[in-house]
Order: sequence, then structure tokens, then C-alpha cells
Amino acid sequence: MAIDIKMPALSPTMEEGTLSKWLVKEGDTVTSGDILAEIETDKATMEVESIDDGIVGKINIPEGTENVKVGTLIVQLLESGEKIDDLNKQNDNPINSPINSEQSQTTKKAIPTKDSLDEKQSLGQHHIKHSEITVRDALRDAMAEEMRRDKNVFVMGEEVAEYQGAYKVTRELLQEFGEKRVIDTPITEYGFAGIGVGAAMGGLKPIVEFMTFNFAMQAIDHIINSAAKTLYMSGGQMRCPIVFRGPNGAASRVGAQHSHDYSSWYANVPGLKVVAPYDAEDAKGLLKSAIRDPNPVVFLEHELLYGEIFQIPDVDDLIIPIGKAKIRREGSDITLVAHSRMVGKCLEAAKQLLTEGIDCEVVDLRTIRPLDSKTVIESVKKTNRLVCAEEGWGQSGIGAEIVSRVTKEAFDFLDAPPERVYQADVPLPYAANLEALSLPGTLDIIKAAKKVCYKD
Amino acid sequence: MTKKNNKPIMPIKSSKDELLSFYNDMLLIRRFEEKAGQLYGMGQIAGFCHLYIGQEAVVIGTRASMIEGDQMITGYRDHGHMLACGMQARGVMAELTGRAGGYSRGKGGSMHMFSTEKHFYGGHGIVGAQVPIGAGLALSNKYKNNGNVSLAFFGDGASNQGQVYEAFNMAKLWSLPVVFVIENNQYAMGTSVIRSSAETELHKRGSSFEIKGIQVDGMNVLEVRDATKKAIEHARGGKGPMILEMKTYRYRGHSMSDPAKYRTRDEVTKTRSERDPIDMVKNRLIEEGWATEDTLKSIDKEIKLIVSDAAEFAQTSPEPDASELYTDVLLDA
Repeated sequence: MAIDIKMPALSPTMEEGTLSKWLVKEGDTVTSGDILAEIETDKATMEVESIDDGIVGKINIPEGTENVKVGTLIVQLLESGEKIDDLNKQNDNPINSPINSEQSQTTKKAIPTKDSLDEKQSLGQHHIKHSEITVRDALRDAMAEEMRRDKNVFVMGEEVAEYQGAYKVTRELLQEFGEKRVIDTPITEYGFAGIGVGAAMGGLKPIVEFMTFNFAMQAIDHIINSAAKTLYMSGGQMRCPIVFRGPNGAASRVGAQHSHDYSSWYANVPGLKVVAPYDAEDAKGLLKSAIRDPNPVVFLEHELLYGEIFQIPDVDDLIIPIGKAKIRREGSDITLVAHSRMVGKCLEAAKQLLTEGIDCEVVDLRTIRPLDSKTVIESVKKTNRLVCAEEGWGQSGIGAEIVSRVTKEAFDFLDAPPERVYQADVPLPYAANLEALSLPGTLDIIKAAKKVCYKD
Repeated sequence: MTKKNNKPIMPIKSSKDELLSFYNDMLLIRRFEEKAGQLYGMGQIAGFCHLYIGQEAVVIGTRASMIEGDQMITGYRDHGHMLACGMQARGVMAELTGRAGGYSRGKGGSMHMFSTEKHFYGGHGIVGAQVPIGAGLALSNKYKNNGNVSLAFFGDGASNQGQVYEAFNMAKLWSLPVVFVIENNQYAMGTSVIRSSAETELHKRGSSFEIKGIQVDGMNVLEVRDATKKAIEHARGGKGPMILEMKTYRYRGHSMSDPAKYRTRDEVTKTRSERDPIDMVKNRLIEEGWATEDTLKSIDKEIKLIVSDAAEFAQTSPEPDASELYTDVLLDA
């Protein structure tokens, strides 16, 4: 029997990839461990090895094919005696046929793109040309633009240079700016965060990348004690313009130690600015602002958003001010407040709730500190109802803070007790079903919204 | 090296002017610290207050080999470093009393003062944190190619912190112009080096990073000066970091609230009478005929005036205005 070799998943979040190159051709003899092909994901280029000895049979996916789904049969290995012709008979079913052009054109578009566009058009911004970009590339472009603008801006972190970024966010920065300004560090978060702080105090503008914010817990002493508090402790003398950035929160099936959402931790600290963008435009505009900011900024990205494609305005110098929330969708019945990836979930929920007669206003916080509670409060004064959604845990969470501010400032406007949506109060489990039960999603938001509208 | 009864420091080369200035600067630190101790006892200084008495030669000797623009950064026992960098006694003392005239306008306290003008980068309260930050200052020097070196001071206690070794590794890997100065005063709070460190020869602590280390008599200001010169030239020449282990001794407790039960009074007295860094300089000045007792007395008198003026200022400077509570949290973007 022939052995099926399928498109492998090369990372926890990989759903598809490009089959960039075949290193064997039909009829070649291979042994276990031989490299058959190169696959490019959004993060890296990887090699696919043969899992057994055999003869290369029918190559199902020609090289250069993009968006090959994980699990698609890419080639079969024949045992001696088998012929390609034999296989052709077996393979006469659609699952094994080469990917069709329509499929390969499919790109994963984030749901809110349309809403964002609607909003822009309603605000009369339709004359600005837009193009499509992933959040990953938007972040990359932000760094590249700021590095071109200011020679004191540099980036350091694990795998940021030669590897091109663990999540490819620093792709090609090394090529353009050289090793002086794109610095690979050893795996030593506490140490390089401290070195970054020292470099900032010495007059540079470091961007410190954490492979994930989970690892920044090793460095949180420098983020808070050395970076955030020093301006105050020095009576305004000692500056520390630094950006700490990287993915924050849950990824996909990576377990409790790699899935922590730190939004509320950093939001608690005076002396820091904390930013958590949702779409590509905000990712780019806010990161550029963060790099220019004279204060330490914690910039929380989301791994599951990196590959999402959004519209972004074609302007020369896209700057989004830190500290301003954005109304992503106007509505009259209830205010949904979120940041980062949960904004997408809220927009999805809003779409579904509309079909049930509930018109949601969605507020994207964008910045967690300083928190733009004014925009939230104004919205609640209009809708009289509030749901806060976040990926982190509930206790002392961002939602708790917002509910507190809203009840204080707009108590008389509330028609129902606000609801909060958050992660189950457990370390994030690995098992697929438990993970799904633990993480908050669209359905939780819908449920909470209906409760607040007394329609459950 | 001085062995007994504070013999003069011979035969290391020096000059009249140099030794007189060392004497002056070390004595300023000592008298300043004594006054700080008094003010603490009077309730004028609160919180933690870590005195530098006994260790003066370390900072004055190292500073003698630094050039304009070289940076200093240290931990919480920082008053001596600030005075050595040329920061005003008034401003330092007023920070200790928490007044508006202090270097941090009363918001930092004993452990948190800075002067960008004098290239002093703190004053850090988290043990060991200043070591990677100091390496970061060195990174900025290298990046800007300004020819400056940073000196990161830390104690024998901090030398057991993990981040110190993370900084060692990167400093060597990237050849950063930094000198790591370990002030081994033999006690981390109340725990002696022998009770806390598997390797008590702290100058060897860089060996797994290929960082050269020198053990120095930290009570001998000239030995400190020469060792530092060597290390700074090494760093400035692009060869990366060096470690200087300064064998020193603090006469006072770890902080003002330390009952010092972990060592005998004899041990302190013996060090004081046999290895005192200021007495060593004084004796040499007299033996060389570079100064008379009277000259030194008049220096003492001038220093007393500076210190009492600083104490007066520190007690009369107003507390920071209540409106200062919310300033200096963030800079305007």
C-alpha cells in the first residue's frame, strides 16, 4: 500500500501554507529522513521529510501552490512494485485532487473588515485608498518606517534577526538595517529587558520583542521597577523611551504557560502606557506612536491576529494616537467593550444579535492605559447597557475596571446590571474541548448581551 | 598593600595633588554619611538608609580613572557614588530628608537619585537590576560610538543574582564597553560571602563567560585607581567587559536598622584601625611631606562646613508641594 504524505501542521496555529519547492521528482527513490519538499508558512520556511523508505509517486500539489490546507495529500510514497498508474486509479476522488484555483485564492479575511469599512465610509473617509495587509506586516512596516525615520530606534529580542522573527514580525528588518539595529539576544528575558532599559536611559529608543508576553514575566521587574517607575523616582529627570512588544494571550492549544493574557497586570501600573490593538491599521498606527512616545510602552499583540488580513489606508505616515478608544460599530441598544482579538468576537456577536433585533455599539479600547473611559461612558449613556469582553481572567480584570468606572460615572443611565465576559477561572487547559470551554467567544458575548437586554 | 596599623600606601605612584584630592573626596563621603546617620537618628531621614562608610576608596579610586561622559550606576548604597560623580551634597541630603530641594524632588529617597548631567544613572533598589541596565548604557555607548564606558557597581550579595550573569553573557558576547565593579564588603545584609556563595573569589565569577577579573584591595585607593584604569582601557579599546572585585568593608550595618549580630565588634574595629582607606592616604601624605596635620585639619574643617550646610539645607528645604503627587508619571507624548 502506498503511504500518504499530507500537508503537515508546523506550528500550533498553522492552518495552511505554501508548498514552495519540491526537492524530489516522481519516481525518485527516497529513504526515511530525506527532505521531500519545502513548505512556507506565515512564520517560517520548513522542510518536509519522508517518513518512510519508498519511491516518490504522484505529486498532487505542484510547487508554488499557495494556501494548501493542513491535511491535504501532497504526495504518496510507493512501495517497490507499485506504479504511479496504480495510484491514479485509487486517487480518483476529489480529496486527493490538486487544490483548485478557487481554493488557492481563498484568503482568511477578518470579519470586521466590512464593518470597519462601513464605518469609514459613514465618516466620509471613502476617498482614501486602502490596501490589504496582515497585522503581522503592518507591525513590521511600523517598525521599519520608524527605524528609517530615527537612527536611534533599534529592535532586540530572541530570533528577531537571522530567523526573521519567531512569528516573522521582524521579517527582513535585518536585511535592511543590519545587525547593529536588529539584535538577536540569547534566551535571557530578564537580562535583555534590563539592557534595553539601560539603552533607553542612555538615549536610544529600543523596541524589545518578547517571543510571547508569557516569557516577559521573567522580565517584569525591569518593565515595572526599572522602566515604569524611574521617571517618577527621579523627579522627572530620567527618561526611558522603550517599547516592549510581542504576542499576548491565548494562542491555540499551547497550554497554560503559553496562553496568559497580561492586559490587566500592566494596566495596573502607573508610568506605563499599555496598548492592545485589534486590526492592522491600529497595529501599525499605534506601534508607530508607541515608538515615538517618550515613555515606556507595553504593546500587546495577539498571535491569532498576526495572519488576519485587514484594510489599511494608503497614507505616508499612519499615526494613531495612544489613549483613544474607537467605535467600531455604531448601535443603539447595548455597548460591547473589548480590546485586541475580542473586538473581532464582539463584531461577530453584533452581527448575529442584529438578526435578533439587538443593535450593538462596539467600542474597541485600543489602549488599556491610559484608559479612554470617556468614550465608553458616552456610549453607555446612549445605549444604557454594557457588556465587557476580554480574554483574560475576570478577577481584577479590564472589564471589572470599566464596569466600576461606568457605574460611578453613568449609574443613572444603566437599565441593567453590566455583564462581563472573560476566561474561565482556571489555568488554560490543553484539551481541545476544555480549551474551547475555557476561552470566551462570540456565543458568550451574545449570551451576556441578551441577558443585559433581558432577552435571554 | 597595607598590612598593619594603617601604614601609608606605598609604593604605588601618586602625587601630592592627587592624594590631597582623594583625601578630600573620601572624607566628604565619610562625613556626609556620618551626618546622614545622625539625621536618621533624629528622625529627619526615614525609610532605608544604607551608609557607605568604610568603602570610600572604591568609588573615589574608580572615578579617578574615568573620563568625562563615562557613566556610573549602582544599587541602593549610592550616596558615595553620587558625591563622587560631583553631585551636590545639598541635593543628595535633601533627597534623604524627602524635600523639594532633593535630586528627585523628594520623590525618590535614598535609593533613587539620578543625574544625567553628571552621568549618574541611579540609585537602584532591586538588588542586581543595575547590572543589565549598566550593560545597556554600554550598549548605547557602543551604538553611538561615543567612546564612553559605563561602570556598573554591585555588591557581593547581588553577585548571586541570575540577571547579573545574563548581563555578563551579553556584555561579553557583544563586547560592550562596561566594567563590572563588585564591591565585596563581605556581607549581603547579614549573610557573609562564605555562607552565601559557592565561589567566594568573586573576580572569578565571569570565567564561564571568558570575562577577565581582577581582585583588588578596595581599601587602597591607588590600587583601585590602577585596576580600574586597566579595566576601563580594556573596555574602551573594544575588548568588552572586565570584572573588578574590590575587597572592601562597611563599618556600619547594612542599613540603619541593622543590629549587626552577624559579626563581632572586634572584626569591625580591627579593619578600621588597620585598613582604613582614609587613614592610609593621610599617612602617605604626611610621610611624603605633601601635607601637614594642619593642612589636613583645614580640609576637615571645610568638609564639615559643606556637610553641615547640606544638613541645614536638607532640613529647611520645604517638602514637595502636594501638586507634585501626580507629576512625573508620564511625559507628554
